[in-house]
Amino acid sequence: MSAKISFTLDGQTLEAAESETIWQCAERAGIDIPHLCYTKAPDYRADGNCRVCMVEVEGERVLAASCIRKPTEGMVVHSSNERAVTAQKMVMELLVADQPPRESSHDPNSELWHWAKQMGQTESRFPARRTPAPDVSHTAMAVNLDACIHCTRCVRACREVQVNDVIGMAGRGAGNKIVFDFDDAMGSSSCVACGECVQACPTGALMPARGVGKVVPDKKVESVCPYCGVGCQLTFNVKDNKILSVEGRDGPSNSERLCVKGRFGFDYVNHDHRLTKPLIRRDDAPAKTADIDLDPANPYTHFRDATWDEALEFAARGLTHIRDASGGKALAGFGSAKGSNEEAYLFQKLVRSGFGSNNVDHCTRLCHASSVAALLETIGSGAVTASFNEARHSDVIIVIGAHPTSNHPVAATFLKNAAQRGAKLVVIDPRGSALSRHASHFLQFKPGRDVALLNALMHVIVAEELYDQQYVQAHTEGFEQLRDHLKQFSPEKMAPICGIEPDVLREVARLYAGAEAAIIFWGMGISQHIHGTDNARCLISLALMSGQVGRPGTGLHPLRGQNNVQGASDAGLVPMFYPDYQPVTDTAIQNSFEELWGTALDPVRGLTVVEIMDAAHAGDIRGMYIMGENPAMSDPNTHHVREAFAKLDHLVVQEIFLTETAFFADVILPATAWPEKDGTVTNTNRQIQMGRKAVDAPDGVMPDWWIITELAKRIGLGWEYAHPSEVFAEMKQCMASLDNISWPRLERESVVTYPCDGEDVPGNDVIFSDGFPTPSTRGKFVPASIIEPDEMPDAEYPMVLSTGRQLEHWHTGAMTRRSETLDTLEPEAVASLAPMEMARLGIRSGDQIEVATRRGRISLKARADTGIPKGVVFVPFCFAEAAANMLTNPALDPVGKIPEFKFCAAKVEKAASAAAE
Amino acid sequence: MAENQSGIRKFGHPGKGARGARYEGKGRQIEPQALIEIQTLLGDLPRRRDLLIEHLHIIQDSAGHLSARHLVALAQEMKLSLAEVYEVATFYAHFDVLADGDAPPAPLTIRVCDSLTCEMLGSDALYDALEGRLDSSQVRLVRAPCMGRCECAPVAEIGHHHVVNATANTVMSAVGKGETHPDIPPFIDFDEYVKNGGYRILKACINGDTDIDDIISALEASELRGLGGAGFPTGRKWRFVLAEPEPRLLAVNADEGEPGTFKDRYYMERDPHRFLEGMLIAARAVAAEECFIYLRDEYPGLHHVLAEEIAKLSAAGLDAGTKITLRRGAGAYICGEESAMLESIEGKRGEPRHKPPFPSQVGLFGRPTLINNVETLYWVRDIIERGPAWFADEGRNGGKGLRSFSVSGRVREPGVKLAPAGITVNELIQEYCGGMTDGHDFKGYLPGGASGGILPASKGDIPLDFGTLESEGCLIGSAAVIVMSDHDNMRAAALNLMRFFEYESCGQCTPCRAGTEKAVKLMSAPEWDQPLLQELSKTMMDASICGLGQAAPNPLLMVLKHFPEDLTEETT
Repeated sequence: MSAKISFTLDGQTLEAAESETIWQCAERAGIDIPHLCYTKAPDYRADGNCRVCMVEVEGERVLAASCIRKPTEGMVVHSSNERAVTAQKMVMELLVADQPPRESSHDPNSELWHWAKQMGQTESRFPARRTPAPDVSHTAMAVNLDACIHCTRCVRACREVQVNDVIGMAGRGAGNKIVFDFDDAMGSSSCVACGECVQACPTGALMPARGVGKVVPDKKVESVCPYCGVGCQLTFNVKDNKILSVEGRDGPSNSERLCVKGRFGFDYVNHDHRLTKPLIRRDDAPAKTADIDLDPANPYTHFRDATWDEALEFAARGLTHIRDASGGKALAGFGSAKGSNEEAYLFQKLVRSGFGSNNVDHCTRLCHASSVAALLETIGSGAVTASFNEARHSDVIIVIGAHPTSNHPVAATFLKNAAQRGAKLVVIDPRGSALSRHASHFLQFKPGRDVALLNALMHVIVAEELYDQQYVQAHTEGFEQLRDHLKQFSPEKMAPICGIEPDVLREVARLYAGAEAAIIFWGMGISQHIHGTDNARCLISLALMSGQVGRPGTGLHPLRGQNNVQGASDAGLVPMFYPDYQPVTDTAIQNSFEELWGTALDPVRGLTVVEIMDAAHAGDIRGMYIMGENPAMSDPNTHHVREAFAKLDHLVVQEIFLTETAFFADVILPATAWPEKDGTVTNTNRQIQMGRKAVDAPDGVMPDWWIITELAKRIGLGWEYAHPSEVFAEMKQCMASLDNISWPRLERESVVTYPCDGEDVPGNDVIFSDGFPTPSTRGKFVPASIIEPDEMPDAEYPMVLSTGRQLEHWHTGAMTRRSETLDTLEPEAVASLAPMEMARLGIRSGDQIEVATRRGRISLKARADTGIPKGVVFVPFCFAEAAANMLTNPALDPVGKIPEFKFCAAKVEKAASAAAE
Repeated sequence: MAENQSGIRKFGHPGKGARGARYEGKGRQIEPQALIEIQTLLGDLPRRRDLLIEHLHIIQDSAGHLSARHLVALAQEMKLSLAEVYEVATFYAHFDVLADGDAPPAPLTIRVCDSLTCEMLGSDALYDALEGRLDSSQVRLVRAPCMGRCECAPVAEIGHHHVVNATANTVMSAVGKGETHPDIPPFIDFDEYVKNGGYRILKACINGDTDIDDIISALEASELRGLGGAGFPTGRKWRFVLAEPEPRLLAVNADEGEPGTFKDRYYMERDPHRFLEGMLIAARAVAAEECFIYLRDEYPGLHHVLAEEIAKLSAAGLDAGTKITLRRGAGAYICGEESAMLESIEGKRGEPRHKPPFPSQVGLFGRPTLINNVETLYWVRDIIERGPAWFADEGRNGGKGLRSFSVSGRVREPGVKLAPAGITVNELIQEYCGGMTDGHDFKGYLPGGASGGILPASKGDIPLDFGTLESEGCLIGSAAVIVMSDHDNMRAAALNLMRFFEYESCGQCTPCRAGTEKAVKLMSAPEWDQPLLQELSKTMMDASICGLGQAAPNPLLMVLKHFPEDLTEETT
């Protein structure tokens, strides 16, 4: 610990740590020095430019900015003497001179006006300058540079905190101007609308659009974002039972940062498509067919209103009828990674104890099933070994098969922060993204050739003896076997296969193995292949042989997709495991759950997502219960999936909107949206966080946990839960991962990371510092060989189709396309292609094109994207009107049972209508 | 194809269905042809961040302006964001960044200097006369700040060719003859310099025949001080840097921008190797890995000279492992402030840094950095060769050493005057400048360029040196003495200077950015609001980050104090 120094401020003797500024010490002492360009928000560097925090340091010629100046031993400082106050007030007067009057200002409650008032300096004697016109080109944010004081908080927000690099300070002197890109309108700039600048602006120069920022909220509710697995903590500003605006909160995974979805994507809750009454399919509704297409605004073409009692009774009766007639295996349930931990737990408990089979799964199958399979097989735990924030301690960061700038935007900001700090960022992906620019190495390899590339890296590490011999000896098994296996994968041999030069492969291998601390992040580019498990095995082997696990800044981190995909999996929403990954096939474990739940349980593992749909298509599964999932959009080869749904005898759908899946329902149970309920969720970092109800649900709508409980009662289970906290308490009885984590603690602290060693200590960010939860306590090397993608391009389908997500739209778009801002930013289906490829195909940007595979054909707009490699077409799967999954290949990874979303043969043509023009 | 005609089932969707998806990624996209042009222009040059300004020069020199399409391509090529490129390009006056749809500037640019000396000697009339005679489709006429040639004011620059003592006729004649290239006056080149004993001391340092400590001790004994304007004892500065951990760097401030100053140009133009030898000795003294020379863009001829002569000394092995890098400014006075210069060398906007930490601790690229002015280094060889007493024994009225006064304005023989430190302006005018210009009575003077304040003739007997003028509210700075007469209006002079500071303020801090702008507005009013100007001045001096804002009110305050009669005069 460094020594404290002592100095005098306004007559008080204060102590300061080495890193502390005068301003920070003053604040601790209760002295509030005016400040504008400085903010206490995490990760904002003091810049000392506004000069409103000036203090006099005795013996110095000029005043000093207290926000940036550090005290030294014996320094005598005055923040409130005549000289300091004169300067503070004059600076404020200069700033106020150029402001719109407070009454008509963009934000009368801004920090600027707060201080101006405090200092008695709301008027100015100076003539005003000419100020720029307002820019209202952006749907979510208004730019009012007439209120700008050039404090650069937005520049730091955009460039140093979120590292989106859009905002700059252009020009010079009084002509200085905040600009987006090349002084472009915000709406046509490269802005990704994270809104960090709005959160940072102290004057109202950057505000939420349409005057929202001027309204004073009724209440503020601290909760968690419902979108991705980053799990940003946020504050809902609520007015008249509506979410007015959202601010980032200082959570461990987000440090007050948010992305466009988390900040501007909450109006879906109030969308007029919201289901508010239970619905039962009309007797006179047309027969179900695969291409059924309902108007989500009007379910009454096919449905009729019902009371909760009637609907629950109807739902239960349909399910029990099938169970009693055809057995529990004729039923299946899809839970949701969008619900809470408690809901996931209840759902799998209902299927297991109520249906009597393990046919329960959820969309984890479609995202990281292969990663989890590989992790469980090799290191005995399916969760991340380190939080993504550990990247701050890493000197090498590998991001492979992931587009965090779109899909985990706030996590991406921390990776970019690390790159700015000087860490080497290695991006390995066939598709370029905003992250590539920050990369020291960008390996744009051939799609589907992950194993070739990763084996080549490991070949180099073994051949050059760069591996961590001590670590391999102490903590791993199977190294010799892998070493022999890797001999055939020299960089020279792999280069033509993966498309990366041998020298580059060597350099990256040396970089990773030689790093002090290296961490690997991966996404669905790794997992969504028929060799997804092999891909993940390679990454795990790479980390194990290099000893890059279990220390700060090291680890294996599959970036989890949904906000609660980690928690839902932990809670047992998978067909092979009870909660905490306890195998259903283990008799002792089965017995313990039979005792806890008071029912007999099936010892046979259940079917996975795609297997369930196949079984439904084959007529083996007759009834389903689906909570908050939309497989009619999200599953591969959705025409097949929709055919399967059409064949079901009974489909219960629990939803907030009439989704494409709900089109096929026999009964629809309207549920609460995330901001309308209490519950915990677990993010990609293993952080369990408390979600709090912010607004009342529409009349008639019930929380998912209540609906599951009521349904359980009606299928013969005597459940009584009055609140999610009771469910959580039961979960603790069968989940050791929740040890030392209680509902009251979560209410108090908002977040606790698991595993956690004590009730009064924080959880563990980094795990496996000394062995693994495997029988031998060692991590296992599992060699992987090259397997071709299932469907290679050929003469008829010469291109590769890859699917994924967009920054603005979440998953199948059910929520985000109903958000005004997000829908405005990305209003229609697009397919991205390399400009070169478009030229070859005779397609111009904006043309309507058709993308076809052996399974289907869709029509959508072409978008030029220089990040896309030649020969590839990328289609986000969120667009119902051109559903990418009509095209995808349902071929499965044999271990993880995950479909190959990232690769199938396709062709692209100019649309018939466009061609005719 | 049959399938195509079969029609595709277009499903409904929950969005509003606005048909407005972007055709391309967000923001400006790269134009492939522009990328090829930029790649061709930059060739094999490294794409490092610190070379951004150099690369912008390459594009500006080639295209005559910076278009958005080229800047997008440059950003891509350098892995920079658009904002990073744009904010740097728009900071510097010598880059013409075109907005979309803007016509490129005319092929030729004429800059008419509007700094104080040139204005006193008729640059306004020159500008007006030229405006009437030039074809604006072929020639762009702009006003520009001090070009460092005040001894022959007024000055105009045609392309890179400077016309001194310019008249509309001489300028038009030069335009007619196509004289747009920089002129290079005769100078002592490498061979001649070596022949006359040059680089002997450096060689002795390289060979280890001379102890570096002896060199530093000699500098200390000579009492040589930083001649860029701050006057910090040079030997002591070298020792400070030497005390910091390696690796260390050396940055030479050749961004002589203080209006009225031209001594560095004078020395470099005549005897560049004397300065370069001093620089290399300094580099050895502090064991700097690399020397950066930051040369202002207003000295294009010198850029050629230095580039060629540095190549010669490198070929002769005299750099002995010290890399020498010549960097080109781009029209920003603030980059003469040492920490702004460091930012600019790093390829950024020239915004001064906060101190502490000082550049000797955390300087260029975060390393301990020795920063010296050209003239300071120029004297190193002579002081070692002739002994420290040669320098220290000079001086008058209590001053010590020699000072190179850049004298301009109403004197008969303006120019660089090497004179004893402590000389008074009266002595300087009489002994060194042949007296006042005929028909002019000495009224007042600027002892240290634009920032040094203005003194009346009655204060003409104050010794001119570091520390002697502070009590008067003035500074000697770079020793740029502008002599003014009864023909000159002090109110107009103060406004000229404040306009200069407003134009050159980097804009980072409020007191300087808004202060200079408000001061110009107040000083342009028919009647000055004197109390408000006084109050404003106090805060600018107290609260600005760097010397620009802190010194900007000096002339204004001196005019208020010493020339109240000029404020009541009717001026238009």
